[in-house]
Amino acid sequence: MPDEPSASNVRELTPTVEAVRAALEGLPREPGVSKPDPILAGSHIRRRFGGLVAVQVEHIEVQRGTITALIGPNGAGKTTLFNLLTGFDQADSGDWTFEGREVSKLRSYKVARVGMVRTFQLTKALSRMTVLDNMRLAATSQRGESFFPGLLKSLWGGQEKANTDRARDLLARFNLLAKQDDFAGSLSGGQRKLLEMARALMTEPTMVMLDEPMAGVNPALTQSLLGHIKDLREQGMTVLFVEHDMDMVRDISDWVIVMAQGQIIAEGPPEEVMADPAVIDAYLGAHHDRSLTESGESLQED
Amino acid sequence: MDWNIIFGQALTQGFGVQAVIFALAAIGLNVHFGYTGLLNFGQAGFLAIGAYALGVTVATFGQSLWLGVIYGLIGSVIFALLLGVPTLRLRADYLAIVTIASSEIIRLIVRSVTYRETFGGSDGINGFASEFYELNPFSSGLALGPVVLSANDLWITVVGWALVAVALLLVFLAMRSPWGRVLKGIREDEDAVRSLGKNVFAYKIQALVFGGVIGTLGGFVFALSNQSVQPDNYATTITFFAWAVLILGGAARVFGPVLGSVIFWFLLIFVNIALVEMVRAGYITFLTSTQVGQIRFILLGLSLMLLMIYRPQGILGDRKELALDAR
Repeated sequence: MPDEPSASNVRELTPTVEAVRAALEGLPREPGVSKPDPILAGSHIRRRFGGLVAVQVEHIEVQRGTITALIGPNGAGKTTLFNLLTGFDQADSGDWTFEGREVSKLRSYKVARVGMVRTFQLTKALSRMTVLDNMRLAATSQRGESFFPGLLKSLWGGQEKANTDRARDLLARFNLLAKQDDFAGSLSGGQRKLLEMARALMTEPTMVMLDEPMAGVNPALTQSLLGHIKDLREQGMTVLFVEHDMDMVRDISDWVIVMAQGQIIAEGPPEEVMADPAVIDAYLGAHHDRSLTESGESLQED
Repeated sequence: MDWNIIFGQALTQGFGVQAVIFALAAIGLNVHFGYTGLLNFGQAGFLAIGAYALGVTVATFGQSLWLGVIYGLIGSVIFALLLGVPTLRLRADYLAIVTIASSEIIRLIVRSVTYRETFGGSDGINGFASEFYELNPFSSGLALGPVVLSANDLWITVVGWALVAVALLLVFLAMRSPWGRVLKGIREDEDAVRSLGKNVFAYKIQALVFGGVIGTLGGFVFALSNQSVQPDNYATTITFFAWAVLILGGAARVFGPVLGSVIFWFLLIFVNIALVEMVRAGYITFLTSTQVGQIRFILLGLSLMLLMIYRPQGILGDRKELALDAR
């Protein structure tokens, strides 16, 4: 909702991109570095699948109000880390806090309720529900969501109307308003990604976790999706996203965390990280002889 | 052969108490499967709980029938919790396995020799319905052309359809509410609903209880109309007939189960009587009238297969919704 001072907006007073990036500028470029104002901080996060250590993160912090990218080759453990942080998978060990609150033992729906809302790599549009119902479902603390009050429309009708208006505003922002009465299953892949993001925003989150928001989206929609993600930052939300598309990472992220083989191997602003030989190693599998910590010389990219 | 009588019999059954029982059972299944996507193959268990609660309360413990109604509803809630709490965190198929086993466990317990004193063994219980029929306001039966009902039949049929109306109203109100919307979301993708901060497990339990209680109402009607409870009436056949009724009428439609039940019983009885009459009149020579009893179920299976192929969404369903299933 443009120009509507909701509680979260007033508190954050929309820091500029420059201010956000300046706060991170002076940080040492080392894996697991502490941030000045972390919204999410975790330590010793570990998850094994049988003999495979999928995630082994010593320390991770995400700065409030930034767009942070989580990159890494296939099988690096990015999605598993996402699942752990959002309660969709149980860690073998480790703990993490969100806005200073311990959330590592919370079930997934409670994680969403404290304001950390995720999307999925394979889009989960609720196919046999209309686009508008997808949105309305996401609204929080609805009185009609309990069985007995739900039977009496007079108890929830007003709230439903307000939610519907808010849903329409969001749909209009995401260019989906014309589709509001269609089944979500009839949308294209890119539109489903948009719907999923809009639906996540319907919960009024403080942090949005996007798992490969660009996967399968056609180039025409890419730009508008990028714009939407930048908008989230402007509204004071924190974004953590997993992505393979390096152009996109370079374009919108303030900070990049690189994972390989379950560990964080590098952190820093996008340009620096992408020039880091250890990162290029991890992606391309070249330079096997170099150690991961050696990052003195930077390769020029073309 | 008298088509009037054949139609009359079929209509009597199609709008009779049998249709009421299966309509209630299928309305419950509709809440479970149609709206929430839960695979409950133990609806017979919920009916058995209702029926036996009446029988045991009155005949075994000598208490009021209305107390039995309350016990039945409580028992139904407890049964739903017993089924749901261990299985609803798991994948959908586990609920299917557990429910079909549990409904059989109930049937085998009530027919066991050990508990004959309480449940009446394989003979069941009778003589508990008088309190209900004393309230019968109809002094005479109904004779409407070929449809003939005794006063008692008329009373239970009217009460039964009133219960169906109440159940339909509750389902309609519940499914237009945000509560029902969460259920539909769970049917589509429960992880997505979880990621939006809804307690999926609690909603599934509530849906299981809601649909189960409606099934139990069907059990009350079954017991009162027979004025007896017999364990083998509550075998898995009930469950599968109720599923057939639901699929025929159209899942996730408020009126689907009722329409399905009426058509199901009308056709089943119509085919049966028509075939028997045709055999008797000599039009059909390759069947005996005892074989007709089996033939109608073969025809039932065949028509269900055809239905699934040519109209899988049922009579009231929306083909568009079904075509979207590919995610």
